Amino acid sequence: MSEHIHTSPEDEHDSAYSGLLVNDAHWAFGTDFEDPLAGVDTTIPDGVDAPALAAYALMLGDDALVMSHRIAEWTSNAPDLEDDIALSNIALDLLGQARLLLARAAKADASVVPALPEGSPAPPEDALAFFREAHEFRNVRLAELVNGDFAEATVRVLLFSTWRLATFERLRTSRDHVLAAVAAKGVKELAYHRDYSARWFVTLAQGTDESRRRLVAALDALWPLWPELFDTHAVEAAAAAAGVGVDPATVREAAEGVLDQVLGAADVPRPEVARRAGVLGRTGRDGMHGEPLGRMLAEMQSVARAHPRGQW
Amino acid sequence: MSNLSAEGGHGAVPLEGVPTGVDVPAPEPEWPLYEVFVRGKRGLNHVHVGSLHAADDRMALLHARDVYTRRNEGVSIWVVRADAITASSPDEKDPMFAPSGDKVYRHPTFYDIPDNVPHM
Repeated sequence: MSEHIHTSPEDEHDSAYSGLLVNDAHWAFGTDFEDPLAGVDTTIPDGVDAPALAAYALMLGDDALVMSHRIAEWTSNAPDLEDDIALSNIALDLLGQARLLLARAAKADASVVPALPEGSPAPPEDALAFFREAHEFRNVRLAELVNGDFAEATVRVLLFSTWRLATFERLRTSRDHVLAAVAAKGVKELAYHRDYSARWFVTLAQGTDESRRRLVAALDALWPLWPELFDTHAVEAAAAAAGVGVDPATVREAAEGVLDQVLGAADVPRPEVARRAGVLGRTGRDGMHGEPLGRMLAEMQSVARAHPRGQW
Repeated sequence: MSNLSAEGGHGAVPLEGVPTGVDVPAPEPEWPLYEVFVRGKRGLNHVHVGSLHAADDRMALLHARDVYTRRNEGVSIWVVRADAITASSPDEKDPMFAPSGDKVYRHPTFYDIPDNVPHM
């Protein structure tokens, strides 16, 4: 692309959009459609086990991918046009994070990528997104639940972004250059997601009796899956020990502090609901998911699977 | 307010001591309209780019960010409620603007502006 695509100087005076095409420098990395990691140092840091790094990147990537798809299901269904666009933006931010993280996993350990039919042009991150079964996904269960009403979306985005932002703030100092770069970019996106959902949380809580009733119901329904976000899986413990990942238990205090602030501003008490148990102690990070994830993937993956050699 | 009402099509009914909701203001059917101004880069003016609906000022700002700056258009946003804007009317176009039409001496057209002076 050419370096300078100037509109005429007279136009620049009148249009807020005139600076848009001046040059490419302001586009963050990761917008290359050929190679999402173009220009980023993908060497594995010394002493880091590549399969362990890949497994960790898959967890963070699957969280973003599944959450992104659920939020994207709001498109054309939000209460008004403006929130429709806001939710779509949030979904797209997370999809961008997912693409980079799945590409990172594939680059670190090619053996995690499902085999595709010969001649398939699908890049590794697409193979990971569209050709794995539900039990191979490592996302937390909060991300995969079937959507409820707008209050449920508000609470879910608030819990998810509060936790993920606390994680990414620490991940910025990862010894892995890719994870550090993804986190540095993601922190700004997640800060907005948290701001957006926190404001709606307070608005709904302080709105009408009905809006407050729905908000509290949504919080009670999602609360059992909040503690799972801070469980330390063996993969996360290993990644943290190697200096490439974050142990979720270490961000709990920061995340709870932020959440308490929002609950306080909304005058909503912390729910007293027990956490949802795993199945034989296994949760989302172990590939143990609820039935809705399978249905979601069936829809999300059907086109790619029907046309594995398709060109898009 | 009289103490009788025919509202609802049931004929005149007494209102004393009955919770009719007649005095309760109807909820606003829609969020208020806001006008959005975006500054493309430092040194330029905020330019009107469009309008949107929002429940309050802060929500209007967030919506404006999502609707009007998602392709990296801006470094600053103003939002203002449309009903807070006082606008000139087309009817007063002549008294407002015609008198300046023939005062050519008010234009600095007799200066040469160097090419490297921006935004003139």
